Amino acid sequence: MEQQVGSFAVKKGLAQMLKGGVIMDVVTPEHARIAEEAGACAVMALERVPADIRANGGVARMSDPELILKIMDAVTIPVMAKCRIGHFVEAQILEAIGVDYIDESEVLTPADEAHHIYKHNFKVPFVCGARNLGEALRRIGEGAAMIRTKGEAGTGDVVEAVRHARSVLGEIRRLQTMPEEELMAFAKEIGAPYELVVETRQLGRLPVVNFAAGGIATPADAALMMQLGVDGVFVGSGIFKSGDPARRAAAIVKAVTHYQDPAILAEVSRNLGEPMVGRQITSIPDAERIAGRGW
Amino acid sequence: MKIGVLALQGAFAEHQAVLEGLGAEVVQVRLPKDLDGLSGLILPGGESTTIGKLAVAFNLLEPLRAFGQQHALWGTCAGAIFLSKDVHRPQPLLGLMDIQVARNAFGRQVDSFEVDLNVPELGEPPFHAVFIRAPLIESVSGSARVMATLPDGRIVAAQQGRWLATSFHPELTRDDRFHRFFMELAQ
Repeated sequence: MEQQVGSFAVKKGLAQMLKGGVIMDVVTPEHARIAEEAGACAVMALERVPADIRANGGVARMSDPELILKIMDAVTIPVMAKCRIGHFVEAQILEAIGVDYIDESEVLTPADEAHHIYKHNFKVPFVCGARNLGEALRRIGEGAAMIRTKGEAGTGDVVEAVRHARSVLGEIRRLQTMPEEELMAFAKEIGAPYELVVETRQLGRLPVVNFAAGGIATPADAALMMQLGVDGVFVGSGIFKSGDPARRAAAIVKAVTHYQDPAILAEVSRNLGEPMVGRQITSIPDAERIAGRGW
Repeated sequence: MKIGVLALQGAFAEHQAVLEGLGAEVVQVRLPKDLDGLSGLILPGGESTTIGKLAVAFNLLEPLRAFGQQHALWGTCAGAIFLSKDVHRPQPLLGLMDIQVARNAFGRQVDSFEVDLNVPELGEPPFHAVFIRAPLIESVSGSARVMATLPDGRIVAAQQGRWLATSFHPELTRDDRFHRFFMELAQ
């Protein structure tokens, strides 16, 4: 066989290498170095963390490629960057500068109200957010090589990430107890490709790596998501909006590795300084919630 | 046979699944005490900086080196980096194997690739290999020897006694011959 690049196996494979790790949002090369030093397995390069995107309002777009390139130069770990839902030209630009993963993200303002990017055409892999199994399998059908919960980004409130993880994992458990003749109707009900429904049932898990994201702010939050059954965590605003980012970042990395060991979780949770202030989900009007973006 | 998989970060579950398919009892290793009673240990792919920092934080470096002096070790990708003596930059390493490794030697993720290799120790070619932001084994020295190369001669697998290093990921394919080979070394 000739050498082959950009296959689904290598796209999905990088996500497999990120498992059991923490992917951190960073807005400067300095942040990126702090994240790498703390043990992040990858960074997400962006101009503003979700908490600031919320606070600033306006249209949120792909970050300046210059900033992303500087962050790529600053660290040896993989660098991810976000494009708007459906904005395949932003994705082409991110592929052209060589980012390692693209997050087609609801945190940015959607560019298309009906369609996501057709991701199979790209050599670079994509991660997408999902609130339930149907959404996750639609994204995989379009070519996503990694899935994450949406949660509610920029809030520091983990409740939505828990809701989305329980929804995806609970529907998979239900699927496994279903007789075969019910699978087609189930696929129709959740709006998912039938073949992926069958594959998920056989595997007993999503066919790609599944991380938690959106509202994770403490080592305990990260370990909670791991115990619920995700493969790793994204931490957005939770690190660099806290009092002592380096210390908190290192603690969350340790919590994801030792998520089943309460004694270690207690030890790493000590003296972390102020967490991000956070915003309770129930105080946010529906119009300002971003998890509903995506189709 | 009890085989450990270092489970600090990365693709340890994939190795575990292959080993269990071959009848091994598998232990996830996160702390020094987890090494007790193991016949061999796999250092999986992941991020080598993350794995190194966690190994330092939980006092695993010395116990892993001592374990390696007595037992079989196999590093895949980040694990091969961790096993090596030299990676041209300061990061925590076990520093056991006489190989010099260059990280991310093939470029970024868009350059990650799959290719068929010839690995004579495993029998009939091809051995299908998946390379993900892979390191290259630049050179081997001492008693280390080359196990496999790319068609252009660059080294992607090496063996030194009971230690193995591969740039690629046998745990991501259905071919379990590398895992069988390792289990024989561990016996």
